[in-house]
Amino acid sequence: MHIVVLTKPVPDPAAAAERLGPDGRLDRAASPAVVNGNDEYALEAALKLTAEHGGEVSIVTMAPSGAADTMRKALAMGAARGILVTDPALEGSCVRSTVQVLAAALKDMTFDLVLAGVDSSDGNGGVVAAGVAALLRLPYLSNAARIEPDPDAGRVSVRRLTATGYDLLEAPMPALIVCTQVLGEPRYPSLKGIMGARSKEIASKSVADLGLEPGAVGGAAASTKVIGSTKPPARGATKVVRGSAEEGAHEIVALLESRRLI
Amino acid sequence: MVLLSTSSAAHRLTGDQVLLRDTVRDLADARIAPRAAEIDRSGEFPEDIRQLLAEHDVLALPFPVEHGGVGGDLLTICLAIEQIARACTTSSLILAVQDLGSLPLRLGGTPEQIARWVPDLASGKTLICFGLTEPEAGSDAAAMRTRALRDGDDYVLNGTKRFITHGSVAGLVTVFAVTNPDAPRHQRLSCFIVEVPTAGFRVARLEHKMGIRGSPTAELELSDVRVSAANRIGAEGDGWSLAMRTFERSRPGIAAQAVGIAQGALEAAAAYARQRKQFGRAIGEFQMISAMLADMDAQTEAARQLLYTACEVIESGAPDAARWSAMCKLVAGDTAMRVTTDAVQVFGGYGYIDEFPVERMMRDAKITQLYEGTQQVQRLVIARALLGRADA
Repeated sequence: MHIVVLTKPVPDPAAAAERLGPDGRLDRAASPAVVNGNDEYALEAALKLTAEHGGEVSIVTMAPSGAADTMRKALAMGAARGILVTDPALEGSCVRSTVQVLAAALKDMTFDLVLAGVDSSDGNGGVVAAGVAALLRLPYLSNAARIEPDPDAGRVSVRRLTATGYDLLEAPMPALIVCTQVLGEPRYPSLKGIMGARSKEIASKSVADLGLEPGAVGGAAASTKVIGSTKPPARGATKVVRGSAEEGAHEIVALLESRRLI
Repeated sequence: MVLLSTSSAAHRLTGDQVLLRDTVRDLADARIAPRAAEIDRSGEFPEDIRQLLAEHDVLALPFPVEHGGVGGDLLTICLAIEQIARACTTSSLILAVQDLGSLPLRLGGTPEQIARWVPDLASGKTLICFGLTEPEAGSDAAAMRTRALRDGDDYVLNGTKRFITHGSVAGLVTVFAVTNPDAPRHQRLSCFIVEVPTAGFRVARLEHKMGIRGSPTAELELSDVRVSAANRIGAEGDGWSLAMRTFERSRPGIAAQAVGIAQGALEAAAAYARQRKQFGRAIGEFQMISAMLADMDAQTEAARQLLYTACEVIESGAPDAARWSAMCKLVAGDTAMRVTTDAVQVFGGYGYIDEFPVERMMRDAKITQLYEGTQQVQRLVIARALLGRADA
C-alpha cells in the first residue's frame, strides 16, 4: 500500500512565539514551526497501516521552503519520502488555493489512501481535506476512529465517529480519510530514525512543476482576505471549588444555577 | 515542567541535533519526569526507563552505526544527557554510564572486540560500567591495588572497586588493574572487560547516597576472577592512558548532566515564582527573586555554551582536550550546585520538602562536583595544562 499523508507546518504551540505580519497574516518565517499535531495522528495511523499491510508512507506539504526542516520529523517518525510544494507565488494562499495545489500535487501520484488530520492548529479551517477529495473525486471518509483497508479487494472500511456512536463506512480505494485522535498517539521518532531521515528525499515542486497557471493560485487569486486580527479576550478569573466531593458538587450546582446554566 | 519561552542555543546545532534534542526532551517530559520523584524515593534502579531509552535508540547514541548504534558525536550525546537530566538525574546516568563504561572499548578495542560487545550495548540489552575507583585510590587513581596476573592465555584479577555506578546491574564491567607494579607510574595499569556474572565476582554492597538514589553505586569484589587475554583492551600498560582519554570524552557528559539539572531547577523555580503569591503579588515580581532567577538563567546558559564549545573542540581532536573537558565539568558542576541551591531558596520552605522537585535536584547536583574527578582534580588538570605550556 502507498499512503500519502498531508502534513502542514504550523507555529510551535510550545514556543508560543508566533508573530503576525502587518497584513494580519502569520509571519511563518518568524515563527518556529512543528508538524501540525493532528497531522501527526494521521501519520501515525498511516505508519501503523503500512506496518500491518506492507507498503510506504509519503508526506505532501505545501509551505515556504524552510519547511523541509519541519518535514524531517515526519520522515524521522517513519515516512519514506516527502514532497514539498513551495513557491513564492503561493504566499497568501486561501483555502481554495491550497486545495487546488494539494490536489495538483496528488494528481500525479499513485496511492491507495490519502490521510489528513482533522484540522490545523493555525488556520483551524478543517475543510482542505474535503476540498482535495472533491477535486480529485475521491471517496471522502471523515472523522475516522478506525481504518481497515483490504488491499486485495481494493476497499477500505472506516468507523466514523458521530455524536452518538459511529457509522460504518466502506469505499473503494483510492480514498481520502480524515483521521481523529482516537486512532492513537503519534510515536516519538527513534534516534536512528532521526539520523536516517537526513538521507530521505524531499522533492521540491513549484507551481509550474504542478502544471498550474501562475496567478491562478496564491495570494493574487485568494478568495478570502484577512481584514483584521485581534487577540482573544483574557480569560476571566477562575473559581476553584475545594472540599469533599459532596460539598463540591452542591457548590458547583449552585453556581451553575445562579448563572442560569442549568 | 513548564517550558521557558527562551530558546536555547539552537543556532550552533544542526537540524538533526535540534530534532534529536527536542525528541529526547519530549520523551523525558512525558515518560521520565513523572517517574523521577518515585525513583528517588524508592532508590530502585528504573528498569522501565532503561527499556524506554533502549527502545528509542537513546542508549545506541554513542555507538557506531555499523554495530547497531546511532553514531552520535560528543555534542549530540551531551544534548541527550542534558535533556534527560533536566527531568531525572538518575535516568540520565543510564546513558552517561553506558557511554563512560564503553569508552575504553571504543577508544582502544580491536575491531573484533568492538564487534563482539558493541551490538548488545547499542541495543541496550547489556549495560556496561566503569571500574577504576578503589577504596584507597580515588583522585589518585594510579595508586590502585587491584592486580591482574597473567596465567597462560588468561589473567587472574584480584581487588576491590568502590563507588562503581551501575556495578550491580551491568553485564560488562570495564576493570582497570595493575599488570606491572614495577613499571613507571602511568604504565602500570591495563584495562579488561569482565563479563558478569563470573566466578569470583561479587557485588559486596550498595551505597546509600544523598542523591542519584535510583542509580546503584556498588562495591565490587574480584577474587581470582579469570579473564581471557582476548578481553584486554589495548596493550599491557595502556590502562592509564585509556582511562585519561576516556575522561576527556566522559567529563562533558557529566557537565551535560549538570547543565540539565540546573535547567530543570531553573524552570521549576521560574514557574513557581510566576504562580506563588505573597503580599498580594507573584513573588517573581519582587526584585530579590527576579534577580536570583536572572542569575540562574545566565549562569546555566554560560555553562551550557562552555560545554557545547568543549564538545566541538574535543571532537576536533584538539591537543588540550583534557583541559576543555575539565573546564566544562568544573563550571557546569558548580553552576548546577549554585542554581539548584538558589532554586530551593526561591521556593522557600516548599523547596525543602519533596512535594516539589528542587530539593531532589539540589541533592543530585552535588554528585556532579564529585564524580569523574572532583572539582579539585578538574582544577589540577586545568592548571597543569596552563602552567605546563612552554609558551605560557
